[in-house]
Amino acid sequence: MLYVLEDTINGILIGSIYGLTALGLTVIFGVLKVINFAHGSLLMVGMYTAYWAVVLTGIHPYLALIIVAPVMYFFGYYLQNIIIKPIFKAEKDVREPITVIIVTTGVWYVLDNLSLLIFGPQYRTLQDNPLRGKMLEFAGMMLSIPKFWGFVIAIVTAAAVYWFFQKTRMGRAIRATSLDRESASLMGINQYRIYNVAFGIGTAIAGIAGVTLVPFYNVFPSVGVLFDIKGFIIVVLGGLGSIGGAILGGIIVGVIESVGPQFMAATWTEAIVYGLFLMVLFVKPSGLFGVKYDW
Amino acid sequence: MAFLEVRNIEVFYGDVQVIFDLSLHVEEGEVVSIIGGNGAGKSTLLRSISGLVPPAKGEILFEGVPIHKAPPEAIVERGLVQVPEGRRLFTLMSVKDNLIVGAYNSRADRVKEKTIEAVYELLPRLRERESQLAMTLSGGEQQMVAIGRGLMAKPKLLMLDEPSLGLAPLLSKNIFETVRKIADQGTTVVLVEQDVMHSLSISERGYVLEQGRTVMEGPAKELLDDPHIKTAYLGI
Repeated sequence: MLYVLEDTINGILIGSIYGLTALGLTVIFGVLKVINFAHGSLLMVGMYTAYWAVVLTGIHPYLALIIVAPVMYFFGYYLQNIIIKPIFKAEKDVREPITVIIVTTGVWYVLDNLSLLIFGPQYRTLQDNPLRGKMLEFAGMMLSIPKFWGFVIAIVTAAAVYWFFQKTRMGRAIRATSLDRESASLMGINQYRIYNVAFGIGTAIAGIAGVTLVPFYNVFPSVGVLFDIKGFIIVVLGGLGSIGGAILGGIIVGVIESVGPQFMAATWTEAIVYGLFLMVLFVKPSGLFGVKYDW
Repeated sequence: MAFLEVRNIEVFYGDVQVIFDLSLHVEEGEVVSIIGGNGAGKSTLLRSISGLVPPAKGEILFEGVPIHKAPPEAIVERGLVQVPEGRRLFTLMSVKDNLIVGAYNSRADRVKEKTIEAVYELLPRLRERESQLAMTLSGGEQQMVAIGRGLMAKPKLLMLDEPSLGLAPLLSKNIFETVRKIADQGTTVVLVEQDVMHSLSISERGYVLEQGRTVMEGPAKELLDDPHIKTAYLGI
């Protein structure tokens, strides 16, 4: 019984980090109505940025947030502004612009191969990392410390994003644009700037997720792909565009993956995750926590 | 020089021409009605002035400055604000957030606390409903939110596209009274309407659009007495 509880808690911890990767995806989708296929690659870029920030400056892995989050924000902002926006403008009368999805797929391939070219195929882990393998003993259970901090960072990030969307001028403008682009234009909101900012925020969140992963996960050029597919499943489970849904969806997937192996072959847990995903699509296509309409 | 001046514009949706060589002008402080049936090009005219569908030919000047090449947000910043047809509220945001988004432009943002009080004063129902989601309101209340949201942008000229659309007669009368009050408080108003009688009765002047062209213009009183308008629009 204690094992199940321990696995559940560890599942919640890692699941919240999955949720963090999905959160960036859901923010970008909520505003641009575009599934960003490059999101896993953005996570990869975030992980490399975090890795090199720690290696080159020797700061504590979590202090890298101060560098990674703004760097990734501007990376996303200009990626959208320079590469995605022109395609968006060409398709401006389409509600869900398909060609933009193809462009994000191109960005994915380019980023993954660029990092292969620059950093090589080897798996990198942080050496002399103060967090590696550290465990917290709590009521007879062993909990991973870096995953625990990842959980805390995920919850704080989600709360901050939620607050930003509810209470700030820019946040309200982003929500308005996601609900009705043309009407938002008539309120004096420059929609292309909003897309840049939303993409920047989504990318910064991917960077934050990267920082939480680096202390206990390998960094390599195709690392994003593993999280990409999970991210899509989580976003659909939780409801596209829902902030709380992304985190909770991530936790559901994390718990299934972590508790499942107690009762069955570990490979079966994947089947359960995908089965649940299909069930949600059949029964409640707007996702477990999504709104029927939009955002 | 006129406050808003539209000079010989031609507007297309793709290959389809909707507005042909249309000119009109609005003076400061006026209420001007633009009337006409379905497909006359009334909404397109407003969308063109707002910068959503830039004209292919011709010029639009606001306070003497050409705006026909400016993006929508720059036009709002100048104080030319449109309340779109069908309200187009941000349905999953609260009434108050809808109003605050209306004050997004930098001129309006600085004074939004004061403006919101003035809007609540004019439309007291909105204060009662401020924390409700916009989609839960009735049609008449939604139209009030749309007008209030337009006022939040601190317009010098407010363009309203069919504010009475789909409303019961009593509510629609209410909306026209509100529009008149807005004009009396010093905002210039352009009113696009199918309810010819009510809209002309609160206006100084009017234009009649048919198939993308102005077919008549003049003081509202004269238009109301005109035989063509009586038969074509008022059914008398």
